[in-house]
Amino acid sequence: MKPTSETELAEMIRAADGPLCIQGAGTRGLSCDGDVLDTTGLSGVTLYDPGALTLVAGAGTTLTEVEDLLAKEGQRLAFEPRRLNALMGTSGETTLGGIVATNSAGPARIALGNCADHLLGVRFVNGAGEIVKNGGRVMKNVTGYDLVKLLAGSHGTLGVLTELSLKVLPQPETEATLAITGQTSAEAQKMMALALGSPFEVTGAVHIPGGDTLLRIEGFEDSVVYRTGKLSELTGAEVSLQGEASRARWADLRDLTMFSGGDADIWRLRLKPSDGPDAMARLQPGKALMDMAGGEIWLEHQAGDNLRSQLKGLNCDAQQIRGQGAERFQPQSPALAKLQSGLRAQFDPRGILNAGLMG
Amino acid sequence: MQMPQPDARVLDRKDRIIARLRAALPDCPVISDPRELHAYECDALTAYRCPPMCVVLPGSTEEVSAALRICHEEQAPVVPRGAGTSLAGGALPTADSVIIGVARLNQFLETDYTNRFIRVQTGVTNLSVTGQVQEDGFFYAPDPSSQLACAIAGNIAMNSGGAHCLKYGVTTNNLLGVTMVMMDGEVVEIGGEYPDAGGGLNLLGLICGSEGQLGIVTEATLRILHAPEGARPVMIGFDSNEVAGECVSDIIRAGILPVAIEFMDRPCIRACEAFAKAGYPDVEALLIVEVEGSEDEISHQLSLIKDIAMKHNPAEFRESTSSEESAAIWLGRKSAFGAMGQINDYMCLDGTIPVSELPYVLRRIGEMSKDYGLDVANVFHAGDGNMHPLILFDANKPGDLELCEEFGADILKLCVEVGGCLTGEHGVGVEKRDLMDHQYAPVDIEAQLRVKDVFDPAWLLNSAKVFPLTHTENRRKGALPPSAS
Repeated sequence: MKPTSETELAEMIRAADGPLCIQGAGTRGLSCDGDVLDTTGLSGVTLYDPGALTLVAGAGTTLTEVEDLLAKEGQRLAFEPRRLNALMGTSGETTLGGIVATNSAGPARIALGNCADHLLGVRFVNGAGEIVKNGGRVMKNVTGYDLVKLLAGSHGTLGVLTELSLKVLPQPETEATLAITGQTSAEAQKMMALALGSPFEVTGAVHIPGGDTLLRIEGFEDSVVYRTGKLSELTGAEVSLQGEASRARWADLRDLTMFSGGDADIWRLRLKPSDGPDAMARLQPGKALMDMAGGEIWLEHQAGDNLRSQLKGLNCDAQQIRGQGAERFQPQSPALAKLQSGLRAQFDPRGILNAGLMG
Repeated sequence: MQMPQPDARVLDRKDRIIARLRAALPDCPVISDPRELHAYECDALTAYRCPPMCVVLPGSTEEVSAALRICHEEQAPVVPRGAGTSLAGGALPTADSVIIGVARLNQFLETDYTNRFIRVQTGVTNLSVTGQVQEDGFFYAPDPSSQLACAIAGNIAMNSGGAHCLKYGVTTNNLLGVTMVMMDGEVVEIGGEYPDAGGGLNLLGLICGSEGQLGIVTEATLRILHAPEGARPVMIGFDSNEVAGECVSDIIRAGILPVAIEFMDRPCIRACEAFAKAGYPDVEALLIVEVEGSEDEISHQLSLIKDIAMKHNPAEFRESTSSEESAAIWLGRKSAFGAMGQINDYMCLDGTIPVSELPYVLRRIGEMSKDYGLDVANVFHAGDGNMHPLILFDANKPGDLELCEEFGADILKLCVEVGGCLTGEHGVGVEKRDLMDHQYAPVDIEAQLRVKDVFDPAWLLNSAKVFPLTHTENRRKGALPPSAS
């Protein structure tokens, strides 16, 4: 099934007599049982208002199309959505719907927030085939419940996204990367916390075990020079990349290209940054990236093994990104599981949307 | 504005309900003296008042849970209350309701600079959160004008904003986790001490801004940030509102993102100047634009802003020259509602519009003001399009309040028409409740009601707010919600 309009999609969902597997370009390797419902026909930018910092587009619109359009006006999606093609070994062009459904965000999330923070409005079709809208296209909106935030990261289990309204921001004039080599996870975590606890507006803080610890500074040229100088004094890190070279490095980090290929499973942990070194010590991963100053760790792990058993006692969410054999999402407390299944039953009374995907 | 008739069956049980609350909560004030209840009969939307049946002021999550369990068993409506500063009537009681207030939940629980969060009980005021961390150079970003008085609980319920949201976001963007008590007394932990904690559906984002209808938040973990090295406002005066609006749009489009862009028109400037003596120029429209950073960074950004402003031929362009002057400029702006209140009755609106529509909307409001014969003072967060037109009226003149409400409704409909919304940061409450049909189709509202069905199936928690009463009538009477299919 590949609807080309919202009303056609609504008819298809009403007519469905079994589970549906909602797919954008399929770059994130998330699939489930059921007839494939392809959303890439719901594409196109319907409104772009650079003076109001907003963009509205169909859920099937590709990220590339959006980024190209924004670049012409010197703007961008500041939450830095990730393309997972390299990590998942998939082809195809990441869609806005996939980004919103997984609430994807890159290293900038530590300073600028995730996709949900930049999502202003949604239109979606729920499991009963009703077309619903929430939010709008303005920066501040508290009119009714914030279903926008709820839909972000709901992995298609509450409704099929059709149109998304996003906040965009100016592209900084330039950027620079500060680096230190050879830190332990614990040293790196402390250094990144120091940098983020400064007034110098770090927009990326990552550590690659056995490699570099990197800080990113963005803004007007003079300001970047000033702040990198200050951060260098504070942390001992030195400027290693500037301008385009810095951008290219962070694009690689954003898209997790270091995890391309291999047989290992890939997991993503989220935890208190200061707990990052503990998690690393327990798991001893062959390859890892500590993003968010240690609060988001992407790592390789032995295929088929559920690493959650090694993280007991640590307040941590583990999500399996690549591989099989474990519950993909972090199991929820009974109270939250009850609320979530209650919400899913309201949005999708027949339980046909991405059934089984989120527990 | 209508409120539902009190439930006679609940009123009949009043003595028993109060006795049960007192017995279960011996260390906790349970207020039922009619004179004392006056303090709780309204919030900052003072046009509507009604004393509740009683008021409970718990001192712990457990006490909130015990109180809610009793109210749930007795099927008594509950109205949660923060500091009572809602401009939308979010804490307006009904005669059959029990108010559960968070005023005694005033402890700071944990400050963690390594992971940059603070955990508080939600009765603490917004400003006191910054007060707790500012000696160490940190601050809590959302800054509603009522920040000296308003409670974090209310900030979370209304997803409060403030002048500096343009850069730092509103409450939802600075909230990491909550402890919440649901209507049946169950305590749930949502989110945690780091972004997106807990995995699963984004319940935290749903709770924030749900106007006290899904649960009572007793503890919150908030993101704190290191303060910038410095900040400086500049005042730019214009001969017309529209030109000021164009200047805002040009600044945004030029790729500069100031931390705040505030707008005031002449009536508001004069009132605020009389109040704060900030040295505001006497012009038709005034922008206060604030930038942050080191001295050189501030100078650079201000020079870019000056270049843009000069193209619009400003009547005045004046940088603050001292921290005292900056403080006075902000004091004036943040006192705007109070300052206007000293000279006139007014109704404050809160619609948001796309920034690019500012010149058009300001012109239309001016025209409508003439048609209605009521003056409007404009003060708002121009950078993110969040408008606060203050419609001036005479409360002692029969019919003036109704005329003013009609005018306000027309302005909000205009906001929706140009692609905006009814409320940017104050919440719907009872004030904008009956306008919700202008923004949302019935199916959009139904989707929201079904969310409440999950958290509060008996529809006891703050249920007469947010949604037009006709949409919620069956649910509030305890009827089964209509099937979703």
